[in-house]
Amino acid sequence: MTDDTAIRTDDLEVTYTGNRDVTALDGVSVAFDENKLTAIIGPSGCGKSTLLKSLNRLHEIQPNAEIDGEVYLGDEAIYDTDEPLPEIRRRVGYVPQTPTALPLSIYNNVAYGAKIHGDYSRAELDDLVERYLRKVNLWDEVKDRLEDPGAELSTGQIQRLCLARSLAVEPEVLLCDEVTSALDPISAEQVEETLENLKEEYTIVMVTHSMDQAKRLADDVIFLYLGELVEASDTRSFFENPQHERTREFVKGHTAVDYDDEPSEEAATDEPPVASR
Amino acid sequence: MDRYTEQRLFGLLARASAALVLAVLALVVGVTLYRGGRVFVTDPAVALTPPGSRYMLDGGGGFFHAVLGSIYIVVPATVVASILAISTAIYLQSDYSSERTSDVINMFLNVLWGTPPIVYGVFVLTLIIAAGAQTSLIFGTVAIAIFQYPIMTRYADEALRSAPDTVREASYGLGATRFETARMTVRAALPGVIAGIIMGFARGIGDAATVLFTAGRSTQMPGGPFDSATTLPILIFEQASSFNAEVRSHAYAASFVLIVAVLGLILVSKLLAGRFARFAPGGRHS
Repeated sequence: MTDDTAIRTDDLEVTYTGNRDVTALDGVSVAFDENKLTAIIGPSGCGKSTLLKSLNRLHEIQPNAEIDGEVYLGDEAIYDTDEPLPEIRRRVGYVPQTPTALPLSIYNNVAYGAKIHGDYSRAELDDLVERYLRKVNLWDEVKDRLEDPGAELSTGQIQRLCLARSLAVEPEVLLCDEVTSALDPISAEQVEETLENLKEEYTIVMVTHSMDQAKRLADDVIFLYLGELVEASDTRSFFENPQHERTREFVKGHTAVDYDDEPSEEAATDEPPVASR
Repeated sequence: MDRYTEQRLFGLLARASAALVLAVLALVVGVTLYRGGRVFVTDPAVALTPPGSRYMLDGGGGFFHAVLGSIYIVVPATVVASILAISTAIYLQSDYSSERTSDVINMFLNVLWGTPPIVYGVFVLTLIIAAGAQTSLIFGTVAIAIFQYPIMTRYADEALRSAPDTVREASYGLGATRFETARMTVRAALPGVIAGIIMGFARGIGDAATVLFTAGRSTQMPGGPFDSATTLPILIFEQASSFNAEVRSHAYAASFVLIVAVLGLILVSKLLAGRFARFAPGGRHS
């Protein structure tokens, strides 16, 4: 752990109990640096989302999740703590995979978090709503229809609304769960641009399926495989010089799948993947 | 029979049965509105005139006592039942109870829903006798509320279940408490919840068996919660079995009032639901 660690996990183990217990995370210790964007990648079912959600205890809304280990937000433990859970979740914001507007107006979607956490005057709320809608480049598109339902926006706009909503409670860390996977390419690009701007000010942890997205956006990359941490490094060395065999295979395999419909002879050669930016 | 004949025959059956629904509805509503309407033409204020002292014998005055009785009994019952039903429905979601608990409670609710309303009437009558009280408006309210509660709860539960889980996740993700999240889920499911409340209201205002021997079958204006009162469905039964032709004709006028009230309610529910559906995520209820 370095001084600029914003949040870190210590030997984190998450099990979903049921007819057959499933260990989603198996002793993961990893640190996320302040004001950086860290991408979590790995094959489906490797525990990416579980790791993300365990950072603000959101997996607990599933009744059968059991956790061992600890997460530290700064120096503070978030599991073994007296701090109320809603306060922890305020400090570690979450943007869901499916763009979901709360059943409120556009204005109140952004103001809702602030309203439940504190007393704000109408003027302060007006100010806050405008500030965060501007931050996600949505203000100009919605400023004349703030009282319309959030659900009437386009999917891409809703996802930026979700970002604004999460930022408006002034979190220290922002968790993003495949936030562009449900979007069309143009909307996805807009959300990526927004994230690009946000990472100057926020610690962002992002789960993604897209290697390209990780390459474009992330400062650091974490690779999980079957609930275990395989590799964590800065983006450049992760893609250009992976330390582990599994990482190499995954990066290579994904390149093939991403660029061609079927893995081809060419993609199977040992060429290092080319960073797209 | 070849596949195409089969298809054609079923198409006919499907259309015919749908047409039958329309025909029955048109006939029932039409007859009621026509015969009830005739009473309103000669005596426009009949629904707003208090009954004369010998109303059931000579039809003197009107049946405002039953209109008022229905409102006084069913409106508070609907308010009480809605609060209980929405609270129960929230409890049945995974944040508050296990799947097994909610399955069991839902089964009980289905039993309650299927229980004939006359049984609730007898049940409340037992309470009245045990308490040494008299049949009165307030007991009618209790009986109707018990009758409405399972209907509204099942509707609200289904509505809450169909609200997208992502709303819950988003709400918790912002640091909302469990109660704040439950409120948000109800908002997301509001069109369905309102439909349930209106359905409960419509069933309540139209039910006779529950109030038959709990509210007191009064033929006077209701004075207070402990006065005996009557409702439109009971009055209709009594009017229709009267030997006086004028009283009998009033049964259609009273039915007219009931049908218009129910149609109006359904209209209001559609309008409200449409209004809130705009806010529902994905607009799935619209």
